[in-house]
This record gives sequence, structure tokens and C-alpha cells, in this order.
Amino acid sequence: MSIRLHNISKHFGKTRALEPVDLDIAEGELVGLLGPSGSGKTTLLRIIAGLESPDLKPAGRIQFGDRDVTHLHVRDRRIGFVFQHYALFRHMTVYDNVAFGLSVMPRKNRPSSGEIRSRVYRLLEMVQLEQMANRYPAQLSGGQQQRVSLARALALRPDVLLLDEPFGALDAKVRQELRRWLRQLHDELNFTSLFVTHDQEEALELSDRVVVMSNGRIEQIDAPDTLYRQPANRFVFEFLSDVNLLEGTVRNGVLTCGNARLAVDLADGAEELLMRPHEVELREVPSAAAHLPVTVTAISPVGAEVRVELAADWMAEPWLATISHTDYERLELRRGARLYAVPRRWHRFPAAGRAEQHVSLALAS
Amino acid sequence: MSAPSLPFALGSTPKRVLPGFGLSLGISLTFVSLMLLLPMTGLVGQLAGLSLAEYWAIITDERVVASYVVTIGAAAVASILNAMFGLLLAWVLVRYEFPGKRLLDALMDLPFALPTAVAGITLATLYSSNGWMGQLLEPLGFQVAYTWVGIALAMAFTSIPFVVRTVQPVLEDMPHEMDEAALTLGASDATGFRRVILPHLWPALMTGTGLGFVRSLGEFGAIIFIAGNMPYQTEITSLMIFVRLQEYDYAGASAIASVILFVSLALLFAINVWQGRFIKRLHGGHG
Repeated sequence: MSIRLHNISKHFGKTRALEPVDLDIAEGELVGLLGPSGSGKTTLLRIIAGLESPDLKPAGRIQFGDRDVTHLHVRDRRIGFVFQHYALFRHMTVYDNVAFGLSVMPRKNRPSSGEIRSRVYRLLEMVQLEQMANRYPAQLSGGQQQRVSLARALALRPDVLLLDEPFGALDAKVRQELRRWLRQLHDELNFTSLFVTHDQEEALELSDRVVVMSNGRIEQIDAPDTLYRQPANRFVFEFLSDVNLLEGTVRNGVLTCGNARLAVDLADGAEELLMRPHEVELREVPSAAAHLPVTVTAISPVGAEVRVELAADWMAEPWLATISHTDYERLELRRGARLYAVPRRWHRFPAAGRAEQHVSLALAS
Repeated sequence: MSAPSLPFALGSTPKRVLPGFGLSLGISLTFVSLMLLLPMTGLVGQLAGLSLAEYWAIITDERVVASYVVTIGAAAVASILNAMFGLLLAWVLVRYEFPGKRLLDALMDLPFALPTAVAGITLATLYSSNGWMGQLLEPLGFQVAYTWVGIALAMAFTSIPFVVRTVQPVLEDMPHEMDEAALTLGASDATGFRRVILPHLWPALMTGTGLGFVRSLGEFGAIIFIAGNMPYQTEITSLMIFVRLQEYDYAGASAIASVILFVSLALLFAINVWQGRFIKRLHGGHG
């Protein structure tokens, strides 16, 4: 079932949690709501669920398919909701938790107890917990509890599945596993799902499309690769990965900041250029276009790339560069080494009203 | 078992890391002995002067048995009332924000702060036939003072805080997501309360009610002024003990007291065991 939001806003007392928001989610899509804490993403999710009501003025509208659910109570919206801290009923067994939604249905619609049983076991099988049916939630690990809570949410065959930071309370490895598993489940059952996360990697890896939010506003809605390659604004750019900032004054096509210089094709004036860690190369000699002396302060050679932290007088915040292991060995990097940073590419987000600019530099030495 | 090969772990028993075990447990046990066990031993000692037949005769004396019925009946009614309204009060105090909430919260402890005799006299004047409430109720044929209703009322007054104060913290700890989860699964408010919230509060509610009940069994000061103390009708067991004491019949008083003591202890113990099981289940045991 598709989800369509029109003009949804929310105030808590005098604080504005959500500016009027429009959002369209197609049937069968898996969409991530990404943003820092306080960006309004959870509020938006809870409004869609019906756990929170949107402001009455301006009047907004929430539609599931053709169904207007704006004024419908949460229990009548046919949603499945997965909570960050599982919210399992601790005094009930796993079986009773999953069966809860079915067992509280009005008597005339309720399936027979035999059918409830077989449906619950099918769900438990799907989340690979049929052995645990008679355990209590406290006897399960966090990952297992979250799977129970997912099975519980799916028991009523909801139109829409909403997940509030579903993996937030789990450790990295379990999180990775559950992520993959949710994706599989989604592709298999093809429900429309919307999940909240503050983890960029999770959002980019799991979603068909990502909604980036900050300060109660939607900053950008796009597929993960578009989001990464063409961020709509500086916030999105900075939120999606680590960022190096070069701040200085341009005069005659050269940006200067202390003893750092970079040739740029920009008009005179103050400028801020941004670079991702993998867009910065390290060399022993400066290039013709870039003279950015740096000192290595920390090295982390774990993973596919080596992460190098750089410091210099001319930068406010330390820079981060990721280089290949080959380069790492060739340069014989160690803490305290003095090198030159050479950007391969930089990005620029001028003040409102003008388009962003992404420039790749020819690497002539 | 091999002892850890640490240089300072000399004995074969592993050394406790948390300090002060011996001292703190010793002081606790001494305190318990002096304050709780010694008086109880005294009570049992008083009984030593009685033969089993005499003991049995005292505790099954017709008038005393009538007092058990009055006391337990009134305490049961008071406890049921307190369970219902105490739960409601705790609910209101935890779940909603309203002006005067602090005041209402503080008011809950009033029965603990007020000398029970003062409460008793106040209630008696309020509900006697020319008191404020008595004037209103008596024309309707409803007499409170000097009946068992008055006894139950006084008992309810003194034991309200038990339920409120035991349920309140449990309700505060219960995450809101629990009832939200029930709602998203289509449960009505009533079903959500009955199947999700109430089972969670149940142990605390039972403990609070049990404590209130036990307190009511032994209450004296608040009740005797409003009870009327008519033999076989509105005499409570505490009064029976008091009467024996006034006659210098210490053994008789102790005999009756031992019945109350035994019932109270058995009840508290049962609640404790049962609650322990429930809590173990919530926190991961196999109870």
C-alpha cells in the first residue's frame, strides 16, 4: 500500500517539531528516514502510525493507498510498528506475544484458535524462532527479541510496516545480520516499509530511497547513490560521511589559508570547500595546483583502506584521508610524518539561491 | 576447584571483592534480633505458661472468634476498595499532568503521618449521627459509625498509602511503548489495560494490598472510636487483646496476638514467594 503525506506539521507546545511536510512512498518501497536526533524523523514516523497526531492547522492529510487515515485511530490503521527497544510484553511467552494481535481481534473476525496457532508458527519459522515459542522475552538476546517484535508486527498482515530505529539497540554484528535479513524479508513479502535511523550507512545500504531530515524539514529524498553523489545541500553532504573543510580567501584564482594554497577557478572572496576523505590524496611533494602541508597525527590501518588523520595550522578541524594500503606502504607513513594533501575533487555549497558545485581536478603534478 | 593464582588469594575460598560483608550483615542481624525477634520471642515466652488446651480455649472463645470474622471481613472489604482506588490514584499520579499533582502526591502519605487515634476520632465525629457525613447518610438508612462499615472505612483510611506507594514506582518504570504496542496491534483501551498493563502491575498491586490487609488486621487506634465495640458485632481482634491486657491477663492477650501474628506472617510470606516467581520470569529466570 502506498503512503502519501500532504502538508503534515507538528508542534509540541511552542516548539516546532515538524515543518509542513509532503512525502510520497510507492507501494512495496523500503524507505529510510535519516537524520540526526531532534530532526523530527521519529515524530514523522509516529504521526504516520497514528501514535502522534499532526497539527490541525494547517490541515494535513495522510493516505494509505486510497484510504484517508488522517483521523483514524492507530488501532484501525492497519500498520505494523516495531519499536527501538522491542516493547515486547514481558509477562507473555514469545508465542503469546506474536499471537497477541490475532487474539484481541473482535470475536466475529477472529480466526479460529487452530488457525491462530498455525499462523503464529509460520511467523516464528520466518523469523527462525520456532524453538523459542515458549520462552519469555527476557530469556532471548536483543536480536532475537527484535525478531519476535517484527513477527508480532507482521502477524496482522499490515498494509504498512513502520520501524523506529529497529537496530539501534543492537551491537554492530547483529545489526548487520538483521539488516540483511530485513531486506530479504521485505523483498519476499513486498510490504511497504518505512524505517527511522540515524545511521547513514544503514540508511544507504538498506533503503530503496532515503529521506534526509534536519530540524523538522526534509532536506532531500533520493536513491542512496544519487544522495551520495549529488547531495542537495551542505547538510546532506556533511551528514552522509566525514568531511574535510578548507576555508580561505580566493584572490586571482588561488585560495589561500595560512601557508596553504589551492588553485581554484572561483571569483575573489571568502570560500569554503569540502572534500570527502577518499577525495584527498597524500604526497611527498606538493602539486602545481595544491600546496597543503599536513602532519600525520593518527593512522588506522584496519579494513580495505587506511584512515589517516591529519593536522595543520591552517585547518580548524583535523582532516581525514583514506588511502590504499599500497600507498600507505609506499609513503612509509608513520605518526608525525610531514606530507602534502592533494584534493582530487572538491565540493562547494554557496549560500542559498545558487546551485551547488562539484569540481574534479586534473591530477597534473 | 583450583583457586585463582593471584598472589594475595591465599585461602581456598575465593575472596569477596565487595568490602564490608561481615560487618554489614552482622549489624543487620543484630538489629533484626533486637528490634523484631526479641519482642516476638517475648510473645512466645508468654504463651509458655499456657497448656495447649488452655491456648485453644482462649483463641476459640466465641467472642474472640466473632472478632476474627469482623476484623477479617472488614479488612477484606477495605483492601478491595484500596486495591481499586489505590490503583486509580497511582495511575492518575503517574500518567497525567495536572495542576495540584504534587499536592495530591504528598497527600497520599497523610495516613502515615497522622496519629491513628486522631484519625479515629475525626472519622467517628464525622460519621456519627450528628456529624457532617452522618447527618446526610443516616436519613437514607445508611449507618456508618458504630457498624462494621465504619470499621472498614477506618481500615481503608489507614492503609491507602500501601497500594499507591507500591504500584506507583512500577507504573513509572513501565515503558509507554508497551501500551502503544498493544494499540498498534489493534487492542482496545480496555483490552490493552487488562492484558498488558494490569499483568505488569499485578505483583505490586498484590503486595500493596497484602500489606494494607495485614496492617488493617492489627490496626487499633483508628478503629476503636468508630467501631462502637459491641460484643459479637463490632469488636475487632485488637480490642480483644487490649481487653485482656487491661485485665492483666498477659498470656491470654499473647495467645490472641499470636493468631494475628501467624496469619499476617503467613500472608506476607506467601505474597513474597509468589511475587519472587513472577519477577524471575520477567527478568529471565525459568520460574
